[in-house]
Amino acid sequence: MRDIFTMALIYATLRSATPLIITAIGGLISERSGIINIALEGKMLIGAFTAVVVSYYTGNPWFGVLGAIVAGGLMALIHGIVSIKYKANQVVSGTAINILAGGLTVFLLQIIFGVAGTSPQVAKLPSWGRFHPLVYFAILLVFLTHYVIYYTPWGLRLRAVGEHPSAADTVGINVIRMRYIAVVISGMLAGLAGAALSIGGLNVFVKGMTTGRGFIALAAMIFGKWTPIGALGASLLFGFADALQMRLQGIGIPS
Amino acid sequence: MRKEDIQDNIRELLIPIGAIILGLLVGAVIMLAIGANPIEAYKALFIGAFGDMNKFANTLARSTPLIFTGLAVAFAFRCGLFNIGVEGQLYVGALAAAFVGGNLTGLPKIIHLPLTILAGMAAGGLWAAIPGFLKAKRGVHEVINTIMMNFIAYALIGYLVADVLKAPGQTPRTVPILPSATLIRLGELVNWSNSRLSIGFLIGLIACAIIYFVLWKTTIGYEVRSVGLSPLAAEYGGINSNRKIILAMVISGALGGLAGAERVLGFDRALILGFSPGFGFEGIAVALLGRNHPVGVLLGALLFGALSNGGAWMNFTTSVPVDLIVVLQAVIIFFVAADQIIRVIFPKKRKDWGAV
Repeated sequence: MRDIFTMALIYATLRSATPLIITAIGGLISERSGIINIALEGKMLIGAFTAVVVSYYTGNPWFGVLGAIVAGGLMALIHGIVSIKYKANQVVSGTAINILAGGLTVFLLQIIFGVAGTSPQVAKLPSWGRFHPLVYFAILLVFLTHYVIYYTPWGLRLRAVGEHPSAADTVGINVIRMRYIAVVISGMLAGLAGAALSIGGLNVFVKGMTTGRGFIALAAMIFGKWTPIGALGASLLFGFADALQMRLQGIGIPS
Repeated sequence: MRKEDIQDNIRELLIPIGAIILGLLVGAVIMLAIGANPIEAYKALFIGAFGDMNKFANTLARSTPLIFTGLAVAFAFRCGLFNIGVEGQLYVGALAAAFVGGNLTGLPKIIHLPLTILAGMAAGGLWAAIPGFLKAKRGVHEVINTIMMNFIAYALIGYLVADVLKAPGQTPRTVPILPSATLIRLGELVNWSNSRLSIGFLIGLIACAIIYFVLWKTTIGYEVRSVGLSPLAAEYGGINSNRKIILAMVISGALGGLAGAERVLGFDRALILGFSPGFGFEGIAVALLGRNHPVGVLLGALLFGALSNGGAWMNFTTSVPVDLIVVLQAVIIFFVAADQIIRVIFPKKRKDWGAV
């Protein structure tokens, strides 16, 4: 038992939880505005891929992070246009994004790097102390989001748009604009989480490397009752499960 | 049929066709961007899918699971439910079929084969009943629950096939299906083909007919569709919505399980880990493309089967990677889902004066 429960396990929990926390907060912002976002998985994957490509060409992982944010935002914009402007079913549009991301990343992996499974190694984010910078950012993001959602006029409007769009419309809030903003922010965060996965934790992109983390983040957000603090708690729990699994596998218990 | 009805049906058909054309155009643009020749690539795609009788048979074989998964998604949709868990239901259906079909010795084919298929359907149905029950009794969103049930199914089957039920050898797979439980393949009937197209394709056609009959010619189907259109109105009309929700999920899951059983009994003749490239998710696309109608699902499944098999040939003969096909499929779903885009591009000729 002492071999399993060490400080290293706590550190591993934080590292595993980071992409979940960032994505869950993104999902929360989108769902609070009334847009169901099951496309988090795909946006994360696109973010992870773009981060590696940009880091590869510029040699600077920070540009990679920026690229991931932009790519996630663009995917979210497609999701937004299709489901807000053209009123497509949000779940269907999200499913299409997920399929698109899975295909597009592998397709581009072959076009850009000429490989089918794993990209070449690229510059990764530096370590600040024990963790890469996005771990600290994730924690900060939770409290920032808590403040913005519950203590600012913008947060109040966001919640109003999600809970009762016609009432929000009556008092002069631009529902459509709020939803576009929320869905794009959520995509940018999911993209960032992808970067945390590919150039934060590792230094490569692997085909399908998100392995359902976008969905787990969605579950974490729901488990946390659509609150930032709750999402943090749930993400830590799932991150712990992840870390424990790696630990146990290390001593020979199947995952 | 009245003239207006015929025109409406034609419009229903135009949306998927328009989406496919737009999807292929987007694909062509991507090919031009990477310096490939779209005409060559699409020609290879077509030859790969329909080039000779053997290729055609393989396309039908690739389409077979999509018929079942497409029907599964469509049936749940008709009841207003989004069953994203078809992939998981397919896994447990495959597991049950592999276990019963591979381990139950001494039964004649006439009993063993139906029993094995039923085991697969029952497993899928039960797996889907859980989110159905939670939705009906507790109001838990079925999208989240079916996604989570998928993860449980992957982990469960991954563990069982790699460990407990693993047949001797390197690859994680179960013992071969006994001859008394296999679905016969085309390659075993004729000498001009080695295709693994099984009799499961015919079962798929029959399933389409049965689902059509159930949805539009029976009371249950009427009730399921009523709940899908408006649960409250259905309730007001004396229909027990909750019971229909559970029933629709069970039928949907059973179809998903059937997809898994066909792969195991006909195509692979064992449960091989990683046997599904996402048939359950492709089923969502097929159902959308087919406008949740069994005939549409059949056509959609054939298209997606052709795209997959043709895409492999395109990958083999031109410089275009097969993954472009996945991108194409996603783009087609976008256009079908956002059918207003199609309506803008192909405007309605007949003036719409609204209801009179």
